[in-house]
Amino acid sequence: MLQGQIALVTGASRGIGKAVALELARLGATVIGTATSPEGAGNISAYLAEAGAQGRGEVLEVRDQAQVDALISGIEKEIGPVSILVNNAGITRDNLAMRMKDEEWDAVIDTNLKAVFRLSKAVMRGMMKARSGRIINITSVVGHAGNPGQANYCAAKAGVAGMTRSLARELGSRNVTVNCVAPGFIDTDMTKVLSDEQKTSLLGNIPLGRLGLPEDIAAAVAFLASPGAAYVTGTTVHVNGGMYMD
Amino acid sequence: MDNIVERVKKIVAEQLGVNEADIKNESSFVDDLGADSLDTVELVMALEEEFECEIPDEEAEKITSVQQAIDYILANKK
Repeated sequence: MLQGQIALVTGASRGIGKAVALELARLGATVIGTATSPEGAGNISAYLAEAGAQGRGEVLEVRDQAQVDALISGIEKEIGPVSILVNNAGITRDNLAMRMKDEEWDAVIDTNLKAVFRLSKAVMRGMMKARSGRIINITSVVGHAGNPGQANYCAAKAGVAGMTRSLARELGSRNVTVNCVAPGFIDTDMTKVLSDEQKTSLLGNIPLGRLGLPEDIAAAVAFLASPGAAYVTGTTVHVNGGMYMD
Repeated sequence: MDNIVERVKKIVAEQLGVNEADIKNESSFVDDLGADSLDTVELVMALEEEFECEIPDEEAEKITSVQQAIDYILANKK
């Protein structure tokens, strides 16, 4: 279904990013997955190879403009322009607003919001020229519902959703679609830090009664990347077990 | 010189989907040739590729007509 497509997935060494990379690869795309460390990039190359997929891991710090430019032009020269971008890399620096330090605010906004723009801008040229492209941003249910202790994270994720709508309008005439997938609580390293008590109270608010799996998110991303989603742009697909309904 | 004029007009015709015969040197991309803002950005990208140069954003903003594009290329070609 995605044969001939070149997908770039940031933050692909584990969790949601890994599931997304594997799913896009399974559907036939060549997948470049990024991680901040050489070990992470090595992991990505290894799991893609094990799955018999085309692609590899690359080291990328999404906050570094020069690294982003070098990676995008390197991919373009070697295998062709990126046709599917999945902005998945993200961090948390949770703290109550009263206690939140500037560094905590800035780090999250930089990585989770500004870098999404940076990556999107870097692939835009190739997508516009090709008259096709998919940008898929992984946001979060908390960007819509809010969450105590995550003012920075929620601001960044809601910011990405707004940016998504702007880019969808800018690039629509060139057949480039821009959408978000907003995961609810997914069983990953990011949510492993939650206490059992927190998890129990969370589950009480999830009609489907379980945490989500990375594969649940990957399926939604795969849909948005597929030919079947050609007429979907500027929107958010919520994958949260019903814990938040628009 | 003539060659550059021809090449610029050819690119403008391709990018904006207009007939080369309708493109005059004084034609404005937006007012005369129906370009929108995204078209003008793409046009500059295409000129950069054709003439193997990089046009800085602040210069690109000033290129709003065929003549301005020709002048820029002439002044900056290697």
